Amino acid sequence: MLAGNKNTSWKFFSWFFALALMSPIVVMLLGSINASSDLFSHLWATVLPEYIRNTLVLGVLVALLSFCFGVPAAALISQTNIVMGKQLRWLLMLPLAMPAYLVAYLYTDLFDYAGPVQRLLRAWFDWQSPNDYYFFDIRTIGGAAVVIALVMFPYVYMLTRTAFEQQDRNLLRASRLLGCTERQSFYQMTLPLARPAIAVSLALVTMETLADFATVQYFAVSTLTTAIYDTWLGYSDFAAANALASVLMLFILFIVIAEQRARAGQRHQSSRPNTQHQRKQLSIAQQIIGSIFCWFLVFAGFLLPVILLLVMVINYADYPQFIALIATGKNSIEIAIYTATIATVIALILALFQRLHQSRSRMIPVQISGFGYAIPGTVLAMAMLATFGPLDHVINDVAKALGFTAPGLILSGTVFAIVFAYIVRFSAIANGTINAGISQIPKSLDLAPASLGVKTLPAIFRVHLPLLKSSILVAWLLVFVEAMKELPAVLLLRPFNFETLSTQIYQLISDERLEQGALGAILIVLFGLLPIIILNRQKDNP
Amino acid sequence: MNKIWFSPLVLIALLGASLNVAATDEVNVYSYRQPFLVEPLFNEFTKASGIKVNVVFAKKGMAERLTREGEYSPADILLTTDISRLIELKAKGLLQPAQSTELSVAIPAQFKAADDTWYALTTRVRNIYSAKRLGKIDFNYEDLADEKYQGRICTRSGKHPYNVALVASMIAEHGKADTLTWLQKVKANLARKPQGSDRAQVQAIHQNLCDISLGNSYYFGNMLKDEKQKLWADAVYINFPNQNNRGAHVNISGMAMAKYAPNKVNALALMNFLVSAPAQKMYAETNMEYPVRPGVKPSKLVAAWGQFKADDLSLETIAKHRKAALILLDKAKFDL
Repeated sequence: MLAGNKNTSWKFFSWFFALALMSPIVVMLLGSINASSDLFSHLWATVLPEYIRNTLVLGVLVALLSFCFGVPAAALISQTNIVMGKQLRWLLMLPLAMPAYLVAYLYTDLFDYAGPVQRLLRAWFDWQSPNDYYFFDIRTIGGAAVVIALVMFPYVYMLTRTAFEQQDRNLLRASRLLGCTERQSFYQMTLPLARPAIAVSLALVTMETLADFATVQYFAVSTLTTAIYDTWLGYSDFAAANALASVLMLFILFIVIAEQRARAGQRHQSSRPNTQHQRKQLSIAQQIIGSIFCWFLVFAGFLLPVILLLVMVINYADYPQFIALIATGKNSIEIAIYTATIATVIALILALFQRLHQSRSRMIPVQISGFGYAIPGTVLAMAMLATFGPLDHVINDVAKALGFTAPGLILSGTVFAIVFAYIVRFSAIANGTINAGISQIPKSLDLAPASLGVKTLPAIFRVHLPLLKSSILVAWLLVFVEAMKELPAVLLLRPFNFETLSTQIYQLISDERLEQGALGAILIVLFGLLPIIILNRQKDNP
Repeated sequence: MNKIWFSPLVLIALLGASLNVAATDEVNVYSYRQPFLVEPLFNEFTKASGIKVNVVFAKKGMAERLTREGEYSPADILLTTDISRLIELKAKGLLQPAQSTELSVAIPAQFKAADDTWYALTTRVRNIYSAKRLGKIDFNYEDLADEKYQGRICTRSGKHPYNVALVASMIAEHGKADTLTWLQKVKANLARKPQGSDRAQVQAIHQNLCDISLGNSYYFGNMLKDEKQKLWADAVYINFPNQNNRGAHVNISGMAMAKYAPNKVNALALMNFLVSAPAQKMYAETNMEYPVRPGVKPSKLVAAWGQFKADDLSLETIAKHRKAALILLDKAKFDL
């Protein structure tokens, strides 16, 4: 449908961006070629099996818990009349605003033996030592899984709820007419129809979990990312670290493929979303229990951490801290805005290419550009250095050969490198959102402008982009929030005299002095809330 | 083609925004050391010399970044928190010798590289903290393996550079086989899986979860200065181990000049400043460490912990055994 020279330029840009986003991953794979087998056999004989086991257990547990939190919440909100359902509908999204490493720190601190909860219990009951009572150990795989799931389940909740709400109401009517009870039609019709959305969101959650380092570290849980850090920073074996990172990529590739298999051939487009469908009327007791379940999630994933932070702010915050925040906050916001904008534009180009272009390979750019989500931030940062370092050298060498003064490092160690790394990492989110939006646009609209003699690009601006307005906004906001929270890549890639809110908090946390960074943490959370509020408003007034 | 104008434009704009305009009177620092420690020093330096100090703070990957940046790296000075990182930078060919009268006067031979590629700035002891309820005890690191402390020891991750250096010094003293046995016994004595920071271990002692922990000396001073953490520090004694034999394990924080330092003159000026008596005094006071320059006294608080005997094992030997230490820590599954 894209005709003439635009055809080639569109194709060029799609492939250009996709390959650019893919380049750090290729560099990482190439970098693993010289990995020494000595180190591997040592790791394999000692700690690696346990690391791998921990990684798998953690991934499965987080997926399972996110399912148990997110899907029932989605069902309760979209299908029933629980108490305060209207408020909980958006409250359940709030945990997304919390950086996982921050919640991890707060929770380990809270429930630790030396933390306030156990101290209080000991004081009340006059227990003297850990032998006097039982209390669950927060620093375990289970503890880590619960806390990660508490901040990640909103992905599952949001996507599943949307899937529930957009199902064709005629299908439901049909199932009821055929004699299904409400319960039967939910389990046999509504839930299976939402399978693709559940699968996508669980895959996202699992990928994020496997790529995590900072969070599991607070729980003293060693995973594959621990091994990557050890080989790189401890054994100084960059090649082996790359090789391990590649293994992690394989794990994640497996998840992506499993997810695509799981929803192969399932295309549930609906032109008649059931927004005004009949909600299941629950008994008063059921309404309250459902509401308590949702409130628990909101409380544990958002309210409690925020309260803990606010207490610290009240006790410790002062004016100089506030002043210092202005500069760091500005850095965070700038980077997040660049990242969100560029990632969204690229996602649009790739998605429209896939939709409108006729070449057989049109699916590939979108798919390969999303791989970066699977790479731990620090590994990605290493790959960025390995990619841009040599490029910078070429630029400088060429400049010198042409008689100019060498411009220095214009790619690595600059804001450019940070933004690029973020885009590599978060493109998957933008792509997913924009693609979901595009799939809602009837195919007939692609053809209509052409039949009226309007050229492709004007048609895109006049037809597709306006229809995609809300998807574009959602994609932009989701990437913005993630970029505000991101930590490891910025730590390693930042230029001189450059702090962001997340680097500052990390620094203070590593000294057990979070209370002095609580104000900054609250700021990250507030900015994370903005998109959710905007999203919510937008959903209410489409 | 021209219709898709936005994407190349955005890229160009970003490139432009990321260009650093080089000013003349500057010096660029890559620092493993934390802002609150070095910023007051840099401010003094700028006040005295008019040279602006630019800093990147990082905990991980500095060597990788320097390697990739190569000859175009903007870094002049590198500040590290332990000897192994300095030796790693040197082994990767990322340092150059730096010489001046001031440096040669200020830093004793055992605290610098033979070829002048790195210099120590402060020393810190790997202490054993013990609960006051146990009374005063003369500890050796070897005692941590004693069965009587079963379930009473806390420590941060064995893989942390400070612990790795301690294990390396044990290898130098006892050999690999005995050190592995020691590690396994210490692990068996742990009250909980290695976790948290050195300060968190003192907190755990305060809460009676354990009696003994490993921790660097300066944390004690810094905890006493913090209103929340003073309570924890008040519950423990700081002990200098192995006083009746080889002495306590000592590590350093240090500095080095980057191989491709673009502002060499300013860099040397900063190095000279950092070893000057006032800067040494200030550095040591801010973080409760021991100044390296002879004649400069530690802070009153640090001095009050008393004189101690330091292990005179060379810093290079500690760095040499680092990899072996990591392998033993893996073998003992110390962190698992």
